[in-house]
Amino acid sequence: MRAPSTAEIAAGQVLLAVEDISLAFGGVKALTEVSFEIEKGEIRAIIGPNGAGKTSMLNVVNGFYKPQQGRIVFKGVSHSEMEPHEAAASGIARTFQNVALFKSMTTLDNIMAGRTLKMHRGLFWQILHVGPAAEEEIEHRRKAEEIIEFLEIPHIRRIPVGRLPYGLQKRVELGRALAMEPDLLLLDEPMAGMNLEEKEDMSRFVLDVNNQFGTTIALIEHDMGVVMDISDRVVVLDYGRKIADGTPDKVRDDPDVIKAYLGVSH
Amino acid sequence: MFYREAGQFKTSYAADQAIFPIVQDRIFVLLVLLAAYIIPPVFLGSYWFNAILIPFLIFSMAALGLNLLVGYCGQLSLGTGGFMAVGAYASYKLTTVIFPDLGMIFIFLLSGLVSAAVGVVFGLPSLRIKGFYLAVATLAAQFFLQWLFNKVPWFYNYNSNGTIESPPRSLFGTIMEPGGMLEALSFLNPLVTSPRATPVTKYLFALTLVVVFALIAKNLVRGRVGRAWMAIRDMDIAAELIGIRPMQTKLLAFAISSFYCGIAGAMLLNLYLNSAETLAFGINISFEVLFMVIIGGLASILGSFLGTAFIVLTPIFLTNALPAIGLPLDTAGQKHVELMMFGGLMIFFLIVEPHGFARLWQIAKEKLRLWPFPY
Repeated sequence: MRAPSTAEIAAGQVLLAVEDISLAFGGVKALTEVSFEIEKGEIRAIIGPNGAGKTSMLNVVNGFYKPQQGRIVFKGVSHSEMEPHEAAASGIARTFQNVALFKSMTTLDNIMAGRTLKMHRGLFWQILHVGPAAEEEIEHRRKAEEIIEFLEIPHIRRIPVGRLPYGLQKRVELGRALAMEPDLLLLDEPMAGMNLEEKEDMSRFVLDVNNQFGTTIALIEHDMGVVMDISDRVVVLDYGRKIADGTPDKVRDDPDVIKAYLGVSH
Repeated sequence: MFYREAGQFKTSYAADQAIFPIVQDRIFVLLVLLAAYIIPPVFLGSYWFNAILIPFLIFSMAALGLNLLVGYCGQLSLGTGGFMAVGAYASYKLTTVIFPDLGMIFIFLLSGLVSAAVGVVFGLPSLRIKGFYLAVATLAAQFFLQWLFNKVPWFYNYNSNGTIESPPRSLFGTIMEPGGMLEALSFLNPLVTSPRATPVTKYLFALTLVVVFALIAKNLVRGRVGRAWMAIRDMDIAAELIGIRPMQTKLLAFAISSFYCGIAGAMLLNLYLNSAETLAFGINISFEVLFMVIIGGLASILGSFLGTAFIVLTPIFLTNALPAIGLPLDTAGQKHVELMMFGGLMIFFLIVEPHGFARLWQIAKEKLRLWPFPY
């Protein structure tokens, strides 16, 4: 059976449901019975103190980690585990906390690489590199250029990304994820290590992606100002358990969340 | 001054993605190609062909193949000699037993395919291991293949001396020889192997093969396949995440790389050595080709040629230069000095420019864009 396309899932309906996920590495419990839902079209923040299991959660969603228990329902199709390339093919894109770009490739090539799954010409045409393969290359180049334009990085198109400053690398990584035209975009600390101006730029891009492309976004972020400003709903994890879930205002006043972040007087 | 791209505006993505987007490059490559096809056959003697040009072309082919694997896909391999042996022995079995009527061009391609299949098998460890460990695993391929071709007499047709010999065969086979179906085309069908074929014919055949396969390599690396290889090389986790399958991508790199090496091996036997035993495809060859790739420049098609030229030409240059400056050594002494100087040059070169000749050329190009007004 074909998975229902995102067009069939209306905005506001559940795009991704994480159900009862438990993940342990040996004796260390990274996640314990975590469940939450992400609705189509929203910006969902995942927050929590260091070591709360936020990144592990994203790794489960896009198939790097295989949970011992629980399942992931994406676009109405249930998976107990998924390979990363299957997750990519079904429409989940991701950026990393520590930039994971292809360092010796140019910005353009990095973004073009993000379109690999959309390119279908086989080895024969690749070898000839005329006709259909060349046309396909140009068609995707056009898409890549749109993304470069959107992220305001045309000036670094030809520069190997290893030579770029950190803030721009983060932006290129977002570009590579966008090139996949994902239905769900997972951002792991997109603003870590940035100054205020860069954070504002990145927040603007995240909001624009959400508005213009209708991409559903799940992001991990430590900057509470950013989280409260741009996210629609927030999940809070602590020691691998979900301790709160709801709108930013509701979460902010939750006593468990305050306890997790600030500790409690005894 | 000579290398100014100012005023060359590209108005389409097609023009921007051409192999040589800059006009000067296009002219230069065309001139080199023309020179390669015209100058040696007209002006040079058979020493040039047999000692310099043909080996250069053969090892260029192997270096191209290894560069696709090591340079572009980042999978270190020391099995080049073994894969070349597969190509050579496959071509021997094909010409002598299996398809004695087939032309050499088809034999070479088939030998490449056999080598590609073997390459895929020995590429399987790359799915679990990386770097030095993979190098050791491919080293096993080298030793195993050499042992296999030595120990199983079927591979050398049960010859008493254990060598394989290149039989006289034409380019397209008996179908275009007198008496064949396409007899009228026999003027297009020269003898290309065995000592009876002229060096010029062999050279032109090898040159055409190398030109075609260099073009194919370039096409591969500038498209989807090449980007997938480089993505796996630079950050395999992120590559997997954008939908690149590590297994298929790595095995494809091994297959194509071994295909090139297989053809190079078949060329080495049929266009250069004429007869060989497994020793000709030893570990030395594997290292030599790896040096060519590293010195020429990893992940550079041009670098494969520059590195090969360096490794093939330096010993010849030293052999001729030493007597010229008044060092009349005997052959053994000369060989020693040659090896010493070669090693020294290589260390010097790797310290000065670890990214190889290709990077030097790039820097020179940057300089030439400004010269003579560097402001």
